[in-house]
Amino acid sequence: MTDRLRLAIFLVAGPVFMGLYCYAAMNLPPWGQYRGPYGDMIAKLAVYERHATDTVNAINYDYRGFDTLGEEFILFTAVIGVMMLLRREKDVPTSPAGKVADRPPLSESVRAVISPALLITTIFGFYIGLHGQLTPGGGFQAGVILASAAILVYLAANTEAFKRTTSHVAVEVVEAIGAASYALIGIVPLLIGLPLLTNILPLGVTGDVLSAGNIALISACVGVEVTAAFLLVAYTYLEEIVTGEIPEE
Amino acid sequence: MPHILHSLPYFVAAWLFFCGLYGLVTSRHLVHSVICLAILQSSTYVLLLAIGYRVGGAAPIFADIAPGVLTVDPVVQALMLTDVVVEAVVVALLLAMVVKAYEKSGCVSPSELRTMRG
Repeated sequence: MTDRLRLAIFLVAGPVFMGLYCYAAMNLPPWGQYRGPYGDMIAKLAVYERHATDTVNAINYDYRGFDTLGEEFILFTAVIGVMMLLRREKDVPTSPAGKVADRPPLSESVRAVISPALLITTIFGFYIGLHGQLTPGGGFQAGVILASAAILVYLAANTEAFKRTTSHVAVEVVEAIGAASYALIGIVPLLIGLPLLTNILPLGVTGDVLSAGNIALISACVGVEVTAAFLLVAYTYLEEIVTGEIPEE
Repeated sequence: MPHILHSLPYFVAAWLFFCGLYGLVTSRHLVHSVICLAILQSSTYVLLLAIGYRVGGAAPIFADIAPGVLTVDPVVQALMLTDVVVEAVVVALLLAMVVKAYEKSGCVSPSELRTMRG
């Protein structure tokens, strides 16, 4: 298919689709007039039923925990895909320590700023992750924040320092544990004859850090998994940049 | 014409979708295609949040408001929350494919990729 033909098809089909879409959108409930009972129902019930004040996470890790399990494994599979695609094949010679040389460390002033930033980012990540059932946050957000802490190490020093601080094998194992523990938490209720992912842990006092039963635990597992996932992606890409083959032009 | 304004966020979503799709169709560079796909996907965020929004609704966090206060729909927010993180990793996966495609074939234009072998 030539570029011109593709564009022609797009210019015909696109406006037709847009016309139908706009016609449909005009007949949706007006913006700001949410009607569905489902969201309201959960917003009313989550605090009483699950002792979780953040209803978004109550949905993610409890009411629709099964969907999140699927999402988590999409994440897991995508990371495995990145690692498989960018792995170094044994028979392909890699450039010794890179045609792109590893950068020397940045200036002292940048490194001075990054040390406190590293501390704050780590504490903030743990705070967000452990309070997911109470305030906005949870495992997914905490994982991204904690992984960015490791990227700060790379910024402050170089790829070698990043590799030293994040052991590759350990991160792989941690990622697998994070993904598996979610599934295991889901399966445990099956063993005592309850539906998958039933919230069986004591619910605690609403507003406590150790409340909401499974929600806090699953959120922590997801946090571990997401942290490891993003670390692996960063690690794989840095390795590719430093030792990657660059085809001759 | 208030009716148009009442659907404005839905049209914003459509506009984002259209921009992303146009970029994909006319793309000359694989990295450009990946970014266009990310833009296309972000239109779903706008659409979902627009559907769940309620005028005057509070955030669905009951840490500091009384239970029973009318809030926006937490369900669509939960849908988006997981997707934002997953999308980031999927973009990483696609970019890894781009790197491999460039290594194998030496070109980054989607229309030249059909000459790729093995």
